[in-house]
Order: sequence, then structure tokens, then C-alpha cells
Amino acid sequence: MSEAVLKVFRGGPEGGEAVEYRVPIAPGMVVLDALHYVQGHQAPDLAVRWNCKAGKCGSCSAEVNGRPRLTCKTRLDSLPLDQPITIVPLKAFPVVKDLVTDVSWNYRVNKKIPPFSPRPGVEWKMYQEDIDRVQEFRKCIECFLCQNVCHVLRDHGMKEQFGGPRFFVRVAGLEMHPLDGLSRTGLLKDELGLGLCNITKCCTEVCPEDIHITDNAIIPLKERVVDDFYDPLTRLWRKVFKSG
Amino acid sequence: MTEKYETHEHDVLVIGAGGAGLRAAIEALAQGASVGVVCKSLLGKAHTVMAEGGIAAALGNVDTEDNWRVHFRDTMVGGKLLNNWRMAQLHAQESSDRVKELEQWGALFDRTKGGDILQRAFGGHTFKRLCHVGDRTGLEMIRTLQDRGVQQGIDVYMECAVTRLLTDGGRVTGAFGYWRENGRFVLFKAKSIIIATGGIGKAWQITSNSWEYTGDGMALAYDAGADLIDMEFVQFHPTGMIWPPGVQGILVTEAVRGEGGTLTNKDGERFMKRYDPEKMELSTRDVVARAIYTEVKEGRGTEHGGAYLDISQKPADYVIRKLPSMYHQFKDLADVDITKGPMEVGPTCHYMMGGIRVDAETAESTLPGLFAAGEAAAGLHGANRLGGNSLSDLLVFGRRAGLAAAQTAKRASAPPPDPAQIEEASRELLEPFERSGGESPYAVHRDLQEKMQRLVGIFRVEEDLRQALTEIAALRQRLARVHVDGSRLFNPGWHLARDLKSMLTVTEAVTRSALTRQESRGAHSRIDYPKTDPAWGKKNNVISRDRDAMKLAQFAVPEMPAELEALLEKPS
Repeated sequence: MSEAVLKVFRGGPEGGEAVEYRVPIAPGMVVLDALHYVQGHQAPDLAVRWNCKAGKCGSCSAEVNGRPRLTCKTRLDSLPLDQPITIVPLKAFPVVKDLVTDVSWNYRVNKKIPPFSPRPGVEWKMYQEDIDRVQEFRKCIECFLCQNVCHVLRDHGMKEQFGGPRFFVRVAGLEMHPLDGLSRTGLLKDELGLGLCNITKCCTEVCPEDIHITDNAIIPLKERVVDDFYDPLTRLWRKVFKSG
Repeated sequence: MTEKYETHEHDVLVIGAGGAGLRAAIEALAQGASVGVVCKSLLGKAHTVMAEGGIAAALGNVDTEDNWRVHFRDTMVGGKLLNNWRMAQLHAQESSDRVKELEQWGALFDRTKGGDILQRAFGGHTFKRLCHVGDRTGLEMIRTLQDRGVQQGIDVYMECAVTRLLTDGGRVTGAFGYWRENGRFVLFKAKSIIIATGGIGKAWQITSNSWEYTGDGMALAYDAGADLIDMEFVQFHPTGMIWPPGVQGILVTEAVRGEGGTLTNKDGERFMKRYDPEKMELSTRDVVARAIYTEVKEGRGTEHGGAYLDISQKPADYVIRKLPSMYHQFKDLADVDITKGPMEVGPTCHYMMGGIRVDAETAESTLPGLFAAGEAAAGLHGANRLGGNSLSDLLVFGRRAGLAAAQTAKRASAPPPDPAQIEEASRELLEPFERSGGESPYAVHRDLQEKMQRLVGIFRVEEDLRQALTEIAALRQRLARVHVDGSRLFNPGWHLARDLKSMLTVTEAVTRSALTRQESRGAHSRIDYPKTDPAWGKKNNVISRDRDAMKLAQFAVPEMPAELEALLEKPS
């Protein structure tokens, strides 16, 4: 049976090293299977997050050969196996241990977002064509790969000023909900720093759920912020419309 | 002397952050209780996120003749009448309100043309009843509950594992455990505790369940003195992926069949006509799983030992719209385009009907102050659960547990936790580090999975079950000698060593119950007792702890009132 060579980051916040493991290859094997093999046979203390192993929970994110991926959906046969596969933790978040990073910042950002707030007295009828675009945003599995590649977070570490693509997607899902009565453009502008995004689409490229983050969420939200804060006429009109 | 640990105090402590735990927390909070939620994974990653096909509620949006009475009957008939009738009644009556409530909290279900929640067909349900979002209903549900709970103010302790319930004078006083990240110990004082930890599937080799599903909650409750019931009823979902090997067991939603998918054997025969000619592919899960197993065993299986499941007769854009994650799952992981050809599928360990014995109205266990909801609790599903009845179970009984736990907390004053129990729990956790030279917990886990798969699977026989008990006892000996390498910082081997203890408790309970029930009913099929025995139809198995021994007894299935009995007879 042929083998794959894995070079896995082992270490913690103070640093670490790439450790090599040899893993027998089985048909259809994914990187997470290989990591489980290492845990089961060579390094029982290798720290890896995972849950569903089917691309539904977004737990097993890591950088494989330099690309941010869900390890449960990255097949070994899609990688060049004549060289070692390097697996390192997400760069934009502090390392806890090995491939596990501290993603708690994301949960703190999420808390800032006012929840779904139905307009008073709405009739609970919605049509598929009106919710299609919101359902796209709600496919998000919170793997945080988009957060990891966003240069505002990854290269500039602006976590205090910026919410990141994941939370623009979440806000878009609320803002475009046909029955929601709240405006979150002030939050987007001031607390989530939407203006810092310069639409390089890195987030869209890595999204395992194929959410068109930039085109369908971020750009329309930017337009709403412009309308609300920089165009007095539209602002007035929206205010009247929303409160009606 | 126990090392220092941090302490948190809540009126209500919820263990588990899937649908049941979150719904319970939201309700307890609404009652004015302070609520803590402890979960082994990150928030939003619990098993609920993997639920696909839908949530059963008799809204009657598509089939207008549907109502709670028919849902009640379907649930009871599907459970082979071993269900707790009162739970089945409450579930059928309340699930519609719980679904509407989710919508009011922001969930976006697929719609009918008239703008209502769309419902699809599913196995064992007389009418189109499953509210859904494509094939990612669980994600929609957990995200909605998570956002609601966080906004309402629950305190969430993520990546934290409870290893011991603390008791005093026959009631719970708190829980003890460790932080997965740094390995430090933590004590939770609470007046009420709700177990919502889900199932036990990780004790089998081929399973749709994640690493979390190790039966912790059931084992914690058992250790603390609560009863477990119906432990012989383990659901094997008929359709898991079987090829390639790495994906074995991953769930293929029943919605494929709900949307019109057909099952065939290698000869192209729609074999379900020999097992359930009336319902065919939409028969109950126990029947379909046995059918596929039998086809393979008798030589009519597919290349990789399963059945073909085909939805490619439907238009490709319809399949991609209604079953998007199935489409991607097969394309990415198995190189199969399900809009063009069939999937290969076979049974996978999926769900636990048995669990903690609870009161139907309050979800309280037999141990005062301890509640249970969702998969960790038992009674609603009887001998076999219908697809879609799990998500509704989480909401209906999660809410009831939260309500009753908060009310109990108002009345109760919990005594301070017993230091001796904390000392013992702490010592137990550290032991695997102190031993030298023992084997890895992963080796013990692999062997447990292999034994359970082979000896306590879909079809059971006395000889195998007796052997399984011997094997479980031997594995317990091996577990007492396992050694854990490395530090206490995020150490999965250490975590598994503790989880194995829970798995051995619940697998012993499953095996003992299965051995005792000398009949076949629902998900429990005995080769040596292939018939359903009316005498066993009046009894539930109950497991409890008698010092260090597991005690098994039976109690009478609660008798149904005449007006509900009548509902079982006639199609209404």
C-alpha cells in the first residue's frame, strides 16, 4: 500500500515545528482521515477539531499546502503525493495547540449583532423568491475560512475595528430577511468596519458553501450604508418605508 | 488533595448545546433562571447541525388533512407501540407551535407557493409533514437557537466536558469536569441540571455520529442513580455512504427517498416491494435497514456491498435545489454525480431511541433535580424513531425540560457539592497520565467499535450478545490500564480515555437489554426470536445502578387512555 507523508504543525502559542508522519493511503481518503490515522496510531495527543466529517459543521479548518481548507473535504488524491502534505493551523487566529486555534473572537463579534426583529404585526407569509437570497447566506457553516483569508484580519489583525466576511454574511441575512424591521447599517459602518473591506473576493474564493460573499452580501451592504449615511434623500425614504 | 479548580454557579445547568440543550436554555432563561450551557465542542457544531431532511410537525400546509392525531398515530405505530403515549401525544400536539416559534426567531424554511412553510414526505409519516430547508434543516435550526440563546443571555462554556454529576441526599447539586483547551478542572454548582448530550453512536464502527456521541449524558445519569430505559433500541439508518472507505457511514438523508428516490439491488429490482409493498422506499427506517442488509447478505448487493439509491430520474436542477449537500457530498467525496446516476448506500448507526427515563410532562429523570431532553432521553420514539421526529423532539421536550428545571430551581436550595465526590472525579481524570506502559485509548476504542458492529448490530443473536458482554468486560479491564501521552493541553487521547468509560457503560446497557428482550420489535431484531411477542409489547426494559453492578428490570408500558387508543385504529 502506498503512503502519504504529512508534515503537521505541532506546538502552541510560543511556537512549534513541523512533524512528519507516514500514513497508508486508502481510496477516497481525505486529509482529516489521515490526521485521525496519526492520532489513532502515532500521536494520540495531536490536537484537531472535527465533528461531522461531511462538510456540514465547519470545525476542521486548517491550511493544507498553504491553502485554507476544510480537511474533511480535501482529498489526498487532489494533492501531489510525491511531496509531503503540509498542514498548519489557520493563520488569522492565535494557536491553542497543534491545529486548534482560538476562534472565540468570532463569537464576541456575533454578540454585537442585533437579532432578527420582525416588524410589528407582520403576517407570517414569505415567498420562496423573496427568501432565496437570504437562504444563501444561511448556508454558512462558520468554518471561519473567510475570516482567515481576509487580509484586514490576516495581515493587519484589525480585530477591534472589523467584523469580517462571516459577520457581513450574517448581517446580510438579517437585513434582507423579508420580515425584519431593523436597520443595522450603523453597526456595519461604525462597529463592524465594513468600509475597510476593499472587495478583493478572497473570502468568496475559499467559501466551502459557495456563498457569493462579496457580490451578494458585502457589496449590497456597502450600498445600504452609502444610502443611509451619505445620501440624504434615500435615507429619508428608507426611514419612512421601514417604519411603515 | 484536589488541585484548584474554578467554580461557576447557575440555577439551571444544561449539558449539551444541540437543539434540545439550546431550546431548554432559552426556556429556562425566559423563566428568569440564570442558565449555563456546557458543551464539548464549539457552539453551533453539535450533532443537530448535521440533521438534514426536516422537522416533523402536522401543520397541514401541503396535505391539509394532516393533524396531530395522525402524527401521534404514525409515531406510535412507527415505535411499535412501545412509546410513552403521553410523550407521543405532547410531541404531536406541540411540535407545530415549536416550528412556528423558530420561524418567529428568524429561521427561514422552504416555502409553498402560498407563502407557508413547505413540507415533504418521509418514511412512516402518512402525510407530507417535514418542514425543511433543502437538506440542511439542522443547520438552520441550530443557528436560529444559538443566536436566540446568546442574545437572550445564556452563558456558554465551550469545549468543556462534564465527567461527574454531584449529588447529595438523592438530588443533584452540581457537575464537575474539565476544560478541553487547558485541561484544568471546573465545578458547576446548580439547582437543576438538564442532560442534552445526544446519543451513543461512536461506539459502533460504521456510524453517522461524530466524536461527541459517546453516551456521556446517559452514563453520567446512570452513575448518579437515574434509570435508563429502552437501551436495546439503536437505530441503524438505512442509507449511509459505503464507498470510498473513508466516507463509510456518512449520512445520506432520507429526504432523497422523500423526494422520490428509489432503492434497487444489483439486479435492478426495487426490492422494497418484497419487504413493504405498500410504503416501499418510504417504509420505516428499521424495515428499510433490514431490507438492505438482507439483500446484501443474500448476494444481491452492489459492488461495494450496499444498495443503489437513485434520484437521477428527477430534473438535475431540482435535485441540486432540494438536495444540495447530498449533491456536493457525493461529487466531492465519492466522484458520483447524483443527478446522473445512483448512489451506493448501506445501513449506518445513527440514533439512540433509548436513554434516560423521564417524566412526560416535565422531562425530569428518576433522580430529583436531574432532567433530560432530546436523544439522551427516552420514551417518545419507542422501538423505532420516524425520520423528522428527532428535531421536533428536541424543541418540544427541550422547552419542557427548561421550563420545569427553572421552576424546580426556584423551589430548591441545592446543598454545597461534596468535596469527596470532587476528589474522586479529579483523581479518576488524572489516572491515565500516571500509569506507565499501558496501551493507547484509541486501540481500546477501535476494538469496542469492531465488537459492537459485529456482535450488537442490526440482527442480534443470544450467542453474540453473550460474547459482547464478555468483550465489554475485557475492554473495561483494558481501559483501567490505558496510558495517555502528552500534557493536559487539548489532548484528544486523554479526552477519549474518559469518553470510553461512558461508552462502556452504555454499550453494556444496550447489550444486556438486547439479550433480555427475546423478541423482534422495531430496531431490535433477534435472529433467534424473529417474531414480535405481545407479552414483550407490554414491557420496557429499565437499567439502573446497584452499587457497581448493572441491574436490569422491566416495568409495564403505561396504559393509553381509550380515546388515544381509538386513534390508533382508524385512519382519521
